[in-house]
Amino acid sequence: MKSKRLEIEQVASFLRDGMTIMYGGFMGNGTSPRIMQAILDSGVKDLTVIGDDAAFSDATKGPEGIGLLIRNKRVKKLITGHIGLNKEAQRQMITGEMEIELCPIGSIAERLRAKGSGLGGVLTPTGVGTSVAEEKQAVSIDGKQFDTKQTLNINGKDYLLELPLSADLAVLEAHKADKMGNLVYYRSMRNHNPLMALAADTVIVEAHEVVEIGDIDPDHVMTPGILVDYIVYPW
Amino acid sequence: MTRKELSAKEFIARRIALELKDGDVVNLGIGLPTLVANYLPKNVHLILQSENGFLGIGPVPKETPPIGAPRLVNAGGAPCGIIPGGSTFDTSISFALMRGGHLDACVLGGLQVDENADLANWMVPGKNVPGMGGAMDLAVGAKNVIVAMEHTNRGEQKILKKCNLPLTAKGRVSTIVTELALFRFHDGKLVLEEHASGVTVEEIRAGTEAAFIVSDKLKEMEISQVGL
Repeated sequence: MKSKRLEIEQVASFLRDGMTIMYGGFMGNGTSPRIMQAILDSGVKDLTVIGDDAAFSDATKGPEGIGLLIRNKRVKKLITGHIGLNKEAQRQMITGEMEIELCPIGSIAERLRAKGSGLGGVLTPTGVGTSVAEEKQAVSIDGKQFDTKQTLNINGKDYLLELPLSADLAVLEAHKADKMGNLVYYRSMRNHNPLMALAADTVIVEAHEVVEIGDIDPDHVMTPGILVDYIVYPW
Repeated sequence: MTRKELSAKEFIARRIALELKDGDVVNLGIGLPTLVANYLPKNVHLILQSENGFLGIGPVPKETPPIGAPRLVNAGGAPCGIIPGGSTFDTSISFALMRGGHLDACVLGGLQVDENADLANWMVPGKNVPGMGGAMDLAVGAKNVIVAMEHTNRGEQKILKKCNLPLTAKGRVSTIVTELALFRFHDGKLVLEEHASGVTVEEIRAGTEAAFIVSDKLKEMEISQVGL
């Protein structure tokens, strides 16, 4: 079987200007700092990035996560649920330097899962009657074109139609990987990582530890290895 | 200990601590709601959910790993603990617990609540746009949505006929607890059920734009006495 090992310097070969990247992590917890650095070092720009939040701009409070790419103006559009602890992301949103699509975190998770599961979208009660329902979203239903999210009444209850999120690349962080790419995450570092492994075209994971095939009990695997294309080994 | 000797926030948190039952699965929002955990009666053990992917928030260990090391954090990204019997999962499960009605209650901060049980708590246009995070999912899904907030904001009313800030969720608030009063929604109607000691219905009415019914069982608010 072909090795999935990827040197950190090789990450650049998967990057191009204007691409869409999903990043795992919740407040930077579960975002691979080495891959973020590799993306920055590659010089790639005009990225659309999709993730839970914009992490911390104050390094004494927590990891910078995707903030590294935001601070260095590599992000053209951010699709996320929260930017409250990243002042630079807020600044760029206000000045218009970066486009931000705010989406409830539960809807982000389900949009990722929808893409990864082959679903046409999901119907959620979250955001009904709020500004989320007015977000721009090109969608065709029964041949009719709409340019905002659609509210559908199903059996007497209103739901928003949220469409799948797709990406060229997902960059993940796992605690343990075997050489087939089976993954185990640590505590709260799991978050969106398994959903993104399902959703993106190419999946690169940084693992804190890489073990031999068979060393992870099948019952303990959180992301099946077939979803993982490349593994960046620990230092 | 009376209301006047406690801060408004502590008084509110102590009242909400008596709303929750032993074994309840609860999500406490950041800020005032988090304080509720400090005042739970001795025989009340909650299973606290952290929206970033676990059940069983526990005390913060004495030593926590540094930033950058593998670690458990809460929804605000700060290191925390997990109790024996806790469980971890991905974001889709975490938010399924909310939307799917698996939480007995959530306690959320509030900027405004109106008489239609609508809640606004996630942004002030032109001032602060942090993003809704998990607040919209929590508000639509938890069985009991308890809003913890001060009755007014520097004289500005917060319990209104109609929210004028962007909404978090429509028609989902079950209970409002302030330092003056406790209201519940019954069949879509806002009902004043409790008043703080020494506070009259007229005083509450003067600080409340929303129309409300006064319960015929109106009583004085009791608060948790833990640590007093």
